[in-house]
Amino acid sequence: MNGPGRPAAAEALPDRQIALVDLLDRLLAGGVVLAGDVVLSIADIDLVRVSLRALIVSVDPENPSPFEYSGPPRDGHDRR
Amino acid sequence: MTTSPSEPVTYAYAVARAHPDLARSLTGLVGVADAPVHMVAEGAGEEGGGDVVLVVSPVSAADFGEEGLRRHLEDLGWLEAVARAHHAVVEAVAARTPALPLRLATVYLDDGSARGMLRSAVRLFSERLDHLADQVEWGVKIYVEATAPAAEATPGSAPAGDLTPGRAYLSARRRQRNDREAAYRAAQEAAERVADAARAHATDRATHRPQQGVLAGDAGENVFNDAFLVPRGRSEAFRSEAAGAGHGLAGVRVEVTGPWAPYSFAVPQDDGRGTRGTDDTRSTTDTADADGGDDSGDSGDTVRGVAP
Repeated sequence: MNGPGRPAAAEALPDRQIALVDLLDRLLAGGVVLAGDVVLSIADIDLVRVSLRALIVSVDPENPSPFEYSGPPRDGHDRR
Repeated sequence: MTTSPSEPVTYAYAVARAHPDLARSLTGLVGVADAPVHMVAEGAGEEGGGDVVLVVSPVSAADFGEEGLRRHLEDLGWLEAVARAHHAVVEAVAARTPALPLRLATVYLDDGSARGMLRSAVRLFSERLDHLADQVEWGVKIYVEATAPAAEATPGSAPAGDLTPGRAYLSARRRQRNDREAAYRAAQEAAERVADAARAHATDRATHRPQQGVLAGDAGENVFNDAFLVPRGRSEAFRSEAAGAGHGLAGVRVEVTGPWAPYSFAVPQDDGRGTRGTDDTRSTTDTADADGGDDSGDSGDTVRGVAP
């Protein structure tokens, strides 16, 4: 089974410095999630959270952040 | 859904506003699994914006079909290669035209079914692309630095000589705890400064989970990990104000990343586009409830809200 190769152009792109963890925040939690005729969207299977739990520990009720941000509610400057 | 291993499937990176130079930007670009990148158009001239395209690659069904993905996603090296390739394509597109990044590993049976998806949600995409045009995402992370070992009972400092070992230990522990509490308060102050910068410059905000685990490294404890949507014209002002939010605060470090394509804002966060009723109050919960799945009917079903 061939793994994906590195993109040949990547060396020239600034993404070399991007931390994988920042990228995964966006690619696994952000982005448009589509349903429909899709073969598979990882959003549907919660798979990554399971298999990579050791690497990307999520904060949940059993594992709360020690820091509760209590600043202004984020709706404060949402779409006006 | 079954796929024949010999037929390629369609990996989708982003929805984008059509642009005369976009095809040229994609020429020679290498996507996931070294695949070439091309556009799928929804069909021009239709009401609601016929100028929305999907950026895709043909990829092996063996690797990107359901089974292959399940297997490969266990492999961090594979995940990283795909994530970086996905990102490189999104960057190339977003450098040219407004783009909505898709969630990693969104795979269609073929270009035709990808086109069908695009068509069914083209109005939503078009509106969102308009909203995001000329805005970028910045990430801001706040860390509480690991406690300095100075809190150990050091011979040089303080009147340690006057204390029994037990008292010295307790005193050191207390000092350590006080330092830590002070650092958390300082982090709170930094977060408020970031919020000030956001009020001045940002139009939206998304909350990510604080980073933990091996990938997060040992850069201290991440206590704040948010993303902000900022008009390009305000970008530098926001960046520099956010980056300075830790100034003068001991034990706190602020990291700014970006500018990013608007990954964290690809989908409106709370308004649900009317597909999820009135329950706006759950906006602060995580992605788990994005799977509602009961919506039926209109095209809203195709695009589900993604809470941060």
